[in-house]
Amino acid sequence: MNGPELIVPKARRKGFAARAFANPAFVCGAVTLGLIFAMAVFAPLIAPYDPLAQDMTNRTASPFWLAGADWAHPFGTDGLGRDYLSRIIYGARISLLIGIFTVITSGIIGTVMGVVAGYFGGKVDLVINFLIMTRLTLPVIMVALAVVAIFGGSLTVVVLVLGLLLWDRFAVVIRSAVMQIRNQEYIQAAQSMGYSTPKLLFRELLPNIFDRFAVIATFEMAHAILLEASLSFLGLGVQPPTPSWGLMVAEGRQYLLFDSWLILIPGAAICVLVLAINMMGDALRDVLAPENRN
Amino acid sequence: MQRIGLALLVCVAVSLLAFTLLNASGDVAIAVAGEEATAAQIEAIREDLGLNRPLAVRYGEWLANAVQGDFGNSLFFRQPVAELIAYRLPNTMTLAVMALGVMLALSVPLGVAAALRPNSIIDRAAMLIAVLGQAMPNFWFALILIVVFSLTLGIAPPSGSATLGHFVLPAIALGYYSTPPMMRLIRQGMIEALSSDYIRTARAKGISGWKVVFKHALRNAVIPVVSLTAVQFGNMLGGSVVIETVFGIQGLGFLAWESISRMDLPVVQAVLLIVAVFYVVMVLLADFINAWLDPRIRTQ
Repeated sequence: MNGPELIVPKARRKGFAARAFANPAFVCGAVTLGLIFAMAVFAPLIAPYDPLAQDMTNRTASPFWLAGADWAHPFGTDGLGRDYLSRIIYGARISLLIGIFTVITSGIIGTVMGVVAGYFGGKVDLVINFLIMTRLTLPVIMVALAVVAIFGGSLTVVVLVLGLLLWDRFAVVIRSAVMQIRNQEYIQAAQSMGYSTPKLLFRELLPNIFDRFAVIATFEMAHAILLEASLSFLGLGVQPPTPSWGLMVAEGRQYLLFDSWLILIPGAAICVLVLAINMMGDALRDVLAPENRN
Repeated sequence: MQRIGLALLVCVAVSLLAFTLLNASGDVAIAVAGEEATAAQIEAIREDLGLNRPLAVRYGEWLANAVQGDFGNSLFFRQPVAELIAYRLPNTMTLAVMALGVMLALSVPLGVAAALRPNSIIDRAAMLIAVLGQAMPNFWFALILIVVFSLTLGIAPPSGSATLGHFVLPAIALGYYSTPPMMRLIRQGMIEALSSDYIRTARAKGISGWKVVFKHALRNAVIPVVSLTAVQFGNMLGGSVVIETVFGIQGLGFLAWESISRMDLPVVQAVLLIVAVFYVVMVLLADFINAWLDPRIRTQ
């Protein structure tokens, strides 16, 4: 059925992105993330060496800030003589892939649950609340470790298990957002004009919860990246010789005493990436609700 | 009452999930038998462990025993899982309690100080600490603590769980990680409380500044803090895997990691269930404490 078009607050949505880019913290985070993203995409062009190529004659060479460093390897080499800078550059791919695909998976699951619970309410809401509670009760790291141990440590398994675990915040936030919105006049107007439920959900409801979705998505992306690093560090995530930053910290552990930069560099890389994403998330949250800033 | 019923239901759901997840995949008998085992040996092990019966029957039996504190035998240690856990639980509890102490010692003063002067240097420093705490991978922070305090300065033991001193670095690593959300909550709560009418009245009555902050404002800001503390305590039990592994603490998390690596499923199931039940209990406790602290919630 084709009713007359409703004028929904599209202007506000545009304002959301514009206001985000007017926020210095958001721009700072976005630029850093953009640089890391470019580094990941163009890794083969930027990386000076093959990240898997070993050179047993040149193991644990020092990085540029230590004595005896060789500028051929600015970040030095690891215990197998692999160029550390190249491994860091390629490692960005793993972190970003995990972050992005986990958020797509968990975002879809959580949004569907949140919308269904918030829009239909009643018994459906009770069931979904129960699912959320059950999920919150499961210790994420332990379950993820167990699943990876059973199904093997590939990128797909890690993304799937994290995606299936990290939907709770999406569901909680979107559920309450939908509950707020569904009683507003423009939704009721659309209902009275005979919009079908799917049309109403996709045309009226979803565009108006997008900003809240964006805030959660940034934080959950950071969360997923940190979890992948932990899983790989514990040996039950991405498997060697793949250059994953968490795995590189684990491999550097045996050189803790004399070559502690081997854990310092990949850890700092995780830190910078997560910091950039969180900065964007914090800024988005401020833009969304400026009254909460102080 | 309704809440307790729901909590029980959640526990059952978690036990079912944990059981099916760990049993529906892979063949434990083959893992136990090792690579050189013959088909007959594997069949004998399967018979011995009761793995050839339907999943539902095994789940029912496992849950019935688990409720009575019998989690079966570890496939690796060949001793009751309950014993293994009883031996390790105190270490994890010590770690979690100390980590909670670290978290509160950091977040309460910083949160209050930040709220007293929003956008001041203290506020910004507190925010920086929070932002860093959320961005640093906790295993990395733990390793840096080891490098600085154990290997370089030599003032803390790098690993083990022999004395309370062994728990200091792990507690800092685990506690710092859960500081940021707590600090934000305290800061937010204090800012709201300090700008409320009753504080203005108290100040107008001439009550001294510090007394207003601690006796009147903090008291109201502390209500959500109590429930977050309880939930964080529940989370720490599950989150201790990484920290216990880094510091070699013989606790529940380390046991879980070792058992997962060895596919010692009875242990993994038991740990998962205990951590989940503990979390549920903590959430319930948080609800009760809240109702007790805040009469407004009770009447709802």
